[in-house]
Amino acid sequence: MRILATYNIKGGVGKTAAAVNLSHLAAADGLRVLIADLDPQAAASYLFRVRPRVKGGGAGLIRGSRELDKAIKGTDFEGLDLLPADFTFRNLDLVLDDTKKPTRRLARLLRPLAASYDMVFLDCPPGISLLSEAVLQAADLVLAPIIPTTLSVRTLDQLTEFIDGLDGHRPAILAFCSMIDRRKRLHRQIAEQLPAERKDIAATAIPALSLIEQMSVRRAPVTAFAPRSEAARSYARLWAEVRARAG
Amino acid sequence: MNVEQQVPEAVREALAPRFSVVPARRTRTQRRTWLDTFDWRLHRAGLTLECVTGRGPAELVLSGMAGERITAAANGTRWPALAGALPSGPLRDRLKGLTEVRALLPAAKAASTVSEFRLCNDDGKTVAWLTVEHLHAATPAAADLPPRLSVTAVRGYQGQAERIARCLTAQPGVLPDGLPALDAVLATGGVAPGAYTNKINVALSATMPARAALTAVLLRLLDTLEANVPGTVRDIDTEFLHDLRVAVRRTRTALKLGAGLLPAGLASQYRPAFKWLGDLTTPTRDLDVHLLTFAAGAAELTSASPDDLAPFHDYLARRRAAEQARLARALRSARFTELTTAWRGALEGRTAPRHGPDAAQAAAKIIGRAHRRVLGRGSAITAKSPPEDLHDLRKRCKELRYALEFFASLYDPPTHRRAVRELKGLQDCLGTYQDCQVQQEEIRVSATEMLAAGDVPATALLAMGDLAAHVGQRERQARGEFASRFAAFASEPAQARFRALVAGAGS
Repeated sequence: MRILATYNIKGGVGKTAAAVNLSHLAAADGLRVLIADLDPQAAASYLFRVRPRVKGGGAGLIRGSRELDKAIKGTDFEGLDLLPADFTFRNLDLVLDDTKKPTRRLARLLRPLAASYDMVFLDCPPGISLLSEAVLQAADLVLAPIIPTTLSVRTLDQLTEFIDGLDGHRPAILAFCSMIDRRKRLHRQIAEQLPAERKDIAATAIPALSLIEQMSVRRAPVTAFAPRSEAARSYARLWAEVRARAG
Repeated sequence: MNVEQQVPEAVREALAPRFSVVPARRTRTQRRTWLDTFDWRLHRAGLTLECVTGRGPAELVLSGMAGERITAAANGTRWPALAGALPSGPLRDRLKGLTEVRALLPAAKAASTVSEFRLCNDDGKTVAWLTVEHLHAATPAAADLPPRLSVTAVRGYQGQAERIARCLTAQPGVLPDGLPALDAVLATGGVAPGAYTNKINVALSATMPARAALTAVLLRLLDTLEANVPGTVRDIDTEFLHDLRVAVRRTRTALKLGAGLLPAGLASQYRPAFKWLGDLTTPTRDLDVHLLTFAAGAAELTSASPDDLAPFHDYLARRRAAEQARLARALRSARFTELTTAWRGALEGRTAPRHGPDAAQAAAKIIGRAHRRVLGRGSAITAKSPPEDLHDLRKRCKELRYALEFFASLYDPPTHRRAVRELKGLQDCLGTYQDCQVQQEEIRVSATEMLAAGDVPATALLAMGDLAAHVGQRERQARGEFASRFAAFASEPAQARFRALVAGAGS
């Protein structure tokens, strides 16, 4: 089982859109996939039409009093399940802080799922917190969407430094340019230059397209409701790179 | 009317407004062929095997009640087929142990049209799948079956799926947990799965007239005999002939031991006819036994390789093919048809006399006499007795076994089973002894004929000698075991149990 986390310190960069579409493509490829919505905003749960409610809340799951397995819901897509978010996930940092070895807790909780899934996507909330550390300890590969601006590149460097500074397990990192506005010259330039200069940035960039925004109206991955669209094709190219990198 | 238009409308109304019904996938049509052995070994083991042919290659699906499911490509397998002829893999391995020498043959066939629908909650989320299947049975009889609905929960939505199922089963005309598809298709022809058995499952009562009891047994034997004729003629597997032969032998035993209970002259009239039928089956069955045990025998060779026996195997197979053809001709003959027709007429046309012994009295007399005969013949056998004496005892044991089986329904089942088990121990020993003798004779005759035909390599003859030696060893071993086996059967406690069994008929 490979664990992939869509993560960035910044918010609103396309983490959830990437997690939703990539997990759908992975399942369509025949993998048994779980997407875990760790963000209390519950956008991934909403997009898969699953109500954001977990019995016992985040505390029940983290402390182990509620089985993770029992909270999982099937999505409308074969081979793709979802661990829904819950509003109590906003307190996951506090709950984790109360446990022994909090940064390793998430990895331990996910381990029993290896018999059921080939790939798990962790859709994370933004920020650097105890939960972020726990996610980075659990993940094999971090997928970091970046908006092609100088500031965003700095944020990626901060993330890389943060991972390098972790004790023990350190995940690989694959960033990709997200929300590219093709009308902006700077976006186009950075999206072309970065992959050529840095190995930790994917060649595929995800454009800012209204079809991707429509996911919240259609409540489904764009790769499902418009599989031949440019948006879906971009995610398919990114998935090919991710799959090669994830092993 | 199209299934998509017909069924969901009723379903839609039943589930509204809480759940909506959305067509999911294209309607698919399949040909479903359910397979089992003639004696329903898979059904008895709680398994269902079917060959599903749709757009892609045909697939074999084995499913069990405990959720067991094994699939394999059918790879163009033609039915009937032995499990060993299926493509190698877990499905073949699972089936081989269950079916043994019995072939898998189509028990039922149907054309299936399946439509799938999403059942969605008010978020538009699929919470369950509805499958609607229309079956058009082709075998055992052509008929359209009512649509079959099944609801499968999406993970995490079991509660809502159960609510949907409850809602649907509350609709008029919808029955919960209907018959499995196989049972429903079989029912079109009035067939119940597991219907065939080679056992004499006739329910007798202790007080019924003995003639009526014996007639019921003989009719049941005739049913079994006739049920096995097509399979024997088509040579589907060796058990058809085996069951047919046992039905004939049981009939002959009933005619011999129960002659006095039947109308005057009936037994003496039919005994020669059933002897003819029995004799007709002997050569093929003997060769079947030889061929079925061939691989085990070949594996025992010490001074020759199993491959050296290939010419002998081919020779036996050729002889068997010739004998089988002769047997099939006889079973298709007017003589055979006239025999079974006249015999059925003779049994069905008689009414039981008002006076005479009841079933329990007759059973006690027949079984008691057969038991005494076994004890008498067996006690007379010494280490110096000729093989014919043991062969004769084997026949008497069979008569006793059959008599016990005829009247089984009159006795306490555990006591009856114990008596049969004790007799079987002796029968197995005598059977091995007799089979070994037949096989040794077969090897001798075959060697002579193969040599005379001039196309046998010396290595084959040497291997046959080796094989004969091993068969001889087994024969001597069985002969050596006889005394102790008989002593166990004839022991005072065993005899007391036997007497108690016979005396307890109908109690």
